[in-house]
Amino acid sequence: MTTSKKKTVFLAAVLILVLAAAIAVDAALPSYHIVIKVIKKGTVYALVAVSMNLLNGFTGLFSLGQAGFMLLGAYAYGVLTIPVAKRISVYQYFDGGAIQFSLPEIFESFLGKTVGTTVGMLLALLVGGLLAALMAWLIGLPVLRLKSDYLAIATLGFAEILRAFFQWNALGPITNGSNLLKSYPDFEHATSYIILAGLMIAFIVLLINSTYGRAFKAIRDDEVAAEAMGINLAKHKRMAFIISSFFAGIGGGMLAMYNGTIAAAPFKSAMTYEILLIVVIGGIGSITGSILASYLYIFSAEWLLRGLDSGKFLFINAPAVFKNGFRMVVLSVIIMCIVLFFRKGLMGDKELPDLLGRRPKARKKEVAGK
Amino acid sequence: MQQILPYIINGISVGGQYALIAIGYTLVYGILRLINFAHGDVFMVAGLVMVYATTAMPIYAAIPLVLVVTVALGFVIERAAYKPLRTAPRMSVMISAIGVSYLIQNLAFYVTGGVPQPVTNPIPWISENVEILGASTKRVTLVTPALTIVLVIALVYLINHTKIGMAMRAAAKDFETAQLMGIKINAVISMTFVIGSFLAAVGAMLYFTNYPSVAITSGGMPGLKAFVAAVFGGIGSIPGAVVGAFIIGLCEELIKGVGYTTFSDAFTFALLIVVLCVKPTGLFGEKVTDKV
Amino acid sequence: MSANVLKVENVTMQFGGVVAVDNMNLEVNEGEIVALIGPNGAGKTTAFNVITGVYQPTNGAVWFQGEKIVENHPQGKMKKLYKGQNDGAYTHILAPTPDKITQLGMARTFQNIRLWKSQTVFDNVLIAKHCRTHTNFLSAALRLNRKEEAAQRAHVEELLKTVGLYDVKDELATSLPYGKQRRLEIARALATEPKLLLLDEPAAGMNPQETDELTAFIGEIRDKFKLTVFLIEHHMDLVMDISDRIYVLDFGKLIADGTPEEIQNNQRVIDAYLGVAEDA
Repeated sequence: MTTSKKKTVFLAAVLILVLAAAIAVDAALPSYHIVIKVIKKGTVYALVAVSMNLLNGFTGLFSLGQAGFMLLGAYAYGVLTIPVAKRISVYQYFDGGAIQFSLPEIFESFLGKTVGTTVGMLLALLVGGLLAALMAWLIGLPVLRLKSDYLAIATLGFAEILRAFFQWNALGPITNGSNLLKSYPDFEHATSYIILAGLMIAFIVLLINSTYGRAFKAIRDDEVAAEAMGINLAKHKRMAFIISSFFAGIGGGMLAMYNGTIAAAPFKSAMTYEILLIVVIGGIGSITGSILASYLYIFSAEWLLRGLDSGKFLFINAPAVFKNGFRMVVLSVIIMCIVLFFRKGLMGDKELPDLLGRRPKARKKEVAGK
Repeated sequence: MQQILPYIINGISVGGQYALIAIGYTLVYGILRLINFAHGDVFMVAGLVMVYATTAMPIYAAIPLVLVVTVALGFVIERAAYKPLRTAPRMSVMISAIGVSYLIQNLAFYVTGGVPQPVTNPIPWISENVEILGASTKRVTLVTPALTIVLVIALVYLINHTKIGMAMRAAAKDFETAQLMGIKINAVISMTFVIGSFLAAVGAMLYFTNYPSVAITSGGMPGLKAFVAAVFGGIGSIPGAVVGAFIIGLCEELIKGVGYTTFSDAFTFALLIVVLCVKPTGLFGEKVTDKV
Repeated sequence: MSANVLKVENVTMQFGGVVAVDNMNLEVNEGEIVALIGPNGAGKTTAFNVITGVYQPTNGAVWFQGEKIVENHPQGKMKKLYKGQNDGAYTHILAPTPDKITQLGMARTFQNIRLWKSQTVFDNVLIAKHCRTHTNFLSAALRLNRKEEAAQRAHVEELLKTVGLYDVKDELATSLPYGKQRRLEIARALATEPKLLLLDEPAAGMNPQETDELTAFIGEIRDKFKLTVFLIEHHMDLVMDISDRIYVLDFGKLIADGTPEEIQNNQRVIDAYLGVAEDA
């Protein structure tokens, strides 16, 4: 078997195992169990982290606007799926809100309850993604020409402007102003999250390994050379930006699903920083790294380290020190250590199948040694 | 005129506070080409320390303590988080700055329990009310612009007429050559952070005298706005940062005066976008051409 | 009568107060190998950058295969038009980005090697074929373009074999020795299917033997791929051996042009640059 065939088989085996494990866990535990919650949240973060890696890691565009696109996706999902009957109470200050339909209910009427609801929910997620993509297209026109530092702050600025808009009471009939959106449907099983995110991540992986993905990497490594070799910088940067934002939007919608409520306030720069740091931990330029780091981070933050917030951790009883917030401090310190001392992150720029075979770098030592 | 006068006065005052923070950003960017994302959080920490210090000790000890702690914080951040990455690609240092910002915010949350800390003992004299041109305001509103101008003049003198200032200018022009010419680059960089943090501490003490409490998120907005001011004025240029800050402070207050309070924040970011698209180098910035 | 592949017409390039290229006029005809020589800092790479669209000239025009592709004049405002009309001199502004010029059929290498460091030798050349793709990103991601990709990969293999880098095709580009990296850059430029190849100091850093190999190599690829070659070089043996004609640049101005013999005997060129050969 050739190396690439071996790698594909290995990858497929891993994916099947993961799926089987997810189904098993879903069957064994109730949906409110902490493990299920962690898997769901980790999956959502994995999708968003991969989308950010596509932009920052593979194309070299240092954008800090992720939270803004997630915000768009989250609101699109909530607004389009709240059952009509519930809208009066949710939009209580805005007379039930301007939108008086819900996608799941529309599809339920002719596709039946389960299929219809699912189709409606998926469509709402899709709309969220498209909305984010549209915003990315609009923003991208002026912003992508900027140098890396300026691009970072421009995208940060746009995300903050979006957030301000979504808290504006004048838009209340749609967004519910500064009030929460709630009562919308969610997927019960973690497996649904995994399949959904998995398909999207698979698409991103396929894209990265295609000729366009290689063009993105060329832009990252040396954009002057890329341009000289016929790659239109503006078009490809915009492409990466739009695709990344599309998936960030869907990720936002899935986050809304997971959280059960939507407000604009949490979608601030701190959320983008969190995702960025996850990408760094996993390894900028490694999809596997982003996925692993997301699960690791969520697992640690939500479960492993929860003792640090409630007085008892690892057999040490110190309620004075281990109070609310200590968990995040410890995590932040660990992240700083990785940023400073393990800059390549968990996986560097390698992917899972690479752990199997030898990569060109290994042979480099042989050639140099001759 | 009488209507908007308080807003103009406020605007100049807030502008001065932003200027003190903005200088920190612009100094660091000028030499290290680094956007010090953690600077706004240093400002917030200065506010927190002020709250604690003013309740725990007399004012003539509290103010120096705030200054010392903030300067120490800035110095330590540079040594621990930026110096090790000086040879790393630019993105790595920016990520480190983001990491520091994240850490400081989480630490502050842990220490304060997420509760905004009330300013129980505001600094006397500047927090007293005074009458100016028919409007009533705190004395700090008048002190701020004056103090800002004094400090900026002192800083400009330092940069243009002292040896360390010349070293800073050289490092800002060409980092590597400055090193090769024997300039103690570590001292220069530390000095930059010391100055920036000192000014941020002063700015914090002035800023939070106007507010009833200091929250974790308090550093976020002023920090970001000061940063926009620095970019608007031309990042790397001190007069630019000051001018930009005053303009932003004024516009912000005037927008509030006209009634669109929710958008005073968004205005600043819209300004940022416009500046970056039209003239990224800002009002007083330099143009740099890349050699192919 | 050979067709005119490249024509540089009254091109001036000014950076603030510095005139890097001063009213340059030159022509390269089909199938020729033309060299641009001159002391360091004369403006040779700047001229390349104007021709390939990296810089917009302060004044003048560039014609490629009979069509005007770049144009500016001091009174003109910069407009990012691509195809203007050819109805006379200096009526339109043309400022295409380098990728558009490459798509027209002009490819270049760089004075300081600019390979893509994270990619293998094979991928470096494969990426250069991206500009000849006709697939959109969706089809590419869903692997609906297998045929086109296979054809491109085959072309890359052929190119690598031609330049003699096939055996190292899976190595990281930066792990190659310097001379091979330069050859890789040339292979990469060839992958864009150019009519005109611009080489910026291809022999820089090479020893005499490598330079000889390169001389033969350039002649070979010119014949094999029906190219026209325009090169900047300091290695005079390469230049004199291979060039059909030579242009000499000094302080931004062209001071001479002609065949290698004419240039070698041109007093002005000798004074400015070449010097006189020492007696053995």
